[in-house]
Amino acid sequence: MSKAMTVDIPVSAGDEDHYRIKMGPQHPATHGVLRVDLDLQGETILECVPHVGYLHRGFEKLAEHRSYVQNLVLTDRLDYIAAMANNVGYCEAVEKLLGIEVPLRARYLRTMVCEMSRISGHLLGLATHALDIGAMTVFLYCFRERETLLELFAELCGARLTPTYTRLGGVRQDVTHSIMMKLERFVNEFPANIEEYETLIDTNRIWLMRTVDVGTLSAEDAVSLSITGPSLRGSGVDYDIRKHFPYAAYDLVDFEVPLGETGDTYARYRCRIEEMHQSNHILRQCIEQMPPGPIIGDDAPDLVMPVKQGRKLEVDAPARQGLIKLIEDRETFMEGDIYVPTEVPKGELGFYFISDGKGSPYRMHIRSPSFIHIGALKTMAKGVMVADLIAIIGTMDVVLGECDR
Amino acid sequence: MGQINKNDLVKIEDGVRFIPGASALVGPLNKIINWGRAGSIWPVTFGLACCAIEMMVAGASTNDLDRFGIIFRASPRQADCLILAGTITKKMAPVIRRVYDQMPEPRYVLAMGSCACSGGLFDTYAVVQGGDEFLPVDVYIPGCPPRPEALLQGLIKLQEKINGEQGRWSQMA
Repeated sequence: MSKAMTVDIPVSAGDEDHYRIKMGPQHPATHGVLRVDLDLQGETILECVPHVGYLHRGFEKLAEHRSYVQNLVLTDRLDYIAAMANNVGYCEAVEKLLGIEVPLRARYLRTMVCEMSRISGHLLGLATHALDIGAMTVFLYCFRERETLLELFAELCGARLTPTYTRLGGVRQDVTHSIMMKLERFVNEFPANIEEYETLIDTNRIWLMRTVDVGTLSAEDAVSLSITGPSLRGSGVDYDIRKHFPYAAYDLVDFEVPLGETGDTYARYRCRIEEMHQSNHILRQCIEQMPPGPIIGDDAPDLVMPVKQGRKLEVDAPARQGLIKLIEDRETFMEGDIYVPTEVPKGELGFYFISDGKGSPYRMHIRSPSFIHIGALKTMAKGVMVADLIAIIGTMDVVLGECDR
Repeated sequence: MGQINKNDLVKIEDGVRFIPGASALVGPLNKIINWGRAGSIWPVTFGLACCAIEMMVAGASTNDLDRFGIIFRASPRQADCLILAGTITKKMAPVIRRVYDQMPEPRYVLAMGSCACSGGLFDTYAVVQGGDEFLPVDVYIPGCPPRPEALLQGLIKLQEKINGEQGRWSQMA
C-alpha cells in the first residue's frame, strides 16, 4: 500500500513518527484519480485532505455551448458505472424545464434501466471495495453478474458503458422479446448470486474486522455532511428520492428502502446488498407490469431511430426536423431555473439549470454525490489508521468522473 | 545426448524453436527475448476514467487477461506497459509522465479509448488532446469506451509489434 506514497516534507529529528504523505493520484485503492494528503502520526491519521480535479473535464462549460439534447451524451461520462441512471436524471430535469410528458411505457423502461444500472453500480462498488480490503474472489464473482447486465445494455442500445439510452420525452429503442427473456432469467437467478457473495464475506472474520466500527457516521453527522444514498441510509436516515419524490415509474412499483442502524462500513455494505434485492424486486415488477404503448412522447424533440416497417424509407420524404432545430424553435421554452434530483446508485444526483429561453442551458450545475462524499472523508478519516481510510474510501463508493465533472 | 534432428524441433515463433524434452529454445537471441517479452506484458494498474472499468472487465473472469501473460502490477517499477485508460486532463498529465518515467525500459504505451487517442468529445480547456502529445504511444484503441475484446486486440497488436522488434535494449532513438 505504501508504494504509491512519497514522502513530501522531511520531518525534524526526534519526531520521526510524524509524516506528511500523499496518497494518489496513481493508487489502486482510490477508485480513480483521487489524491489524499495525509498527516500521520505513526500510522494514525491526524489530518486527511482530499484533493480533487484530476479528472476535471469541463462538463458544465461544455454544456453551455450545446443544445439540451447534445448534452445528453455528456451525462454518460459522469458516473460511468451507472450511466443509465445519469441519462434518466438529466432527461427528467430537462423534461420538467421544457414541459414534456413521458408516456407510461417509457417511464417503466426508464425505471427498468435505472434499476439495472443500480445493480451494476452496487456490484462494482462491492467488487472494488472487497478488492481493496483483500477479497479478490468477490471481485471476480461480481463482475460475472455485471457482465450479464452490460451485455443486456449492449443489446438494448449498442453500448455497454455509455448507452445514451433515454431521449427527451422517452427512450430511444423499445425492448425486444429476447432482452426481456434474458432479463427475466437474470432476475430469477440473481438472488442466489447475492447469497454467494454473502457466503464469501458476510461472516468472514477478516471482512468483519475491517468493516465493523470502521468509518462510523452518526445520523446527525451524515445529514450535516449532506451525504445521500446508501451511505446515508446505512446510518438509519430514511431518505430515498425514489420513494419520497418519485420520478419515472417509481410511484407505480412496490419496494422498500433498506436502512442500516450502526452507520459503520458494515452497515453500509448490508444496505447495498439489501438494495440489490429491492432492485431485483423492482425489475421483476417492471417485467410483469410493462404496459404497451409508445416509447416517446408526441411533442418530444425527436431523435429516435426511424422504425423500418418492412419497407425502405422513402428517399424523398421530407427530412426529419433535426432535433437541434426543433429545440431552438420551441416557443414554450421556460426562462428561469430548475433543480431536479434523482436517486443514482451513489446518492442524490441533481441537475440544476438556469435557462435564458434559448436552446442550450445558460448554466448547468451538477450536484454529484461523489463530490460531497469525498468532502466527508476529512471528517470520517480523522484519528483512524491508514488501512481504515482505504475501507472508508471504498464504502463511500466514490467515482471521480462524477466528482470532478 | 545424440544428434538433434531439425525436424524434431517445435516451432514457437518465426525463427524460434523448442527442443522437446530438453527445455531449451533455439533461435536468434532477439527473437527469443521478443518472444519472452511479448508473452509477459505487465501493465501498470492505472485507471483514469470510464475506460478503466472496461480494463477491469478485461482483467476479470470473462475475458481473463492472465491467459496472455498479462498481469496488472500496482507499481510502475515492475511494469512494462502503460494503458492510458481514460481522459487525460492537464492536471493529470504530469503525473502520468512521472509514472511513465518510473517504468524500466523497454516500455510500451497503449492509448485506450477516444479520449486517450485524441481527446474524444472533451475539446475543453482542461483536457489534453490525446496521450501522444506527451508520450510515445504504440497502439491506439478507438472506442468510447472500447469493448474488452478491443483492448485484447490492442494488446495482441502490441505483442505483434514486440515480436517484430530488432534488438531493443534501451530507449529507441
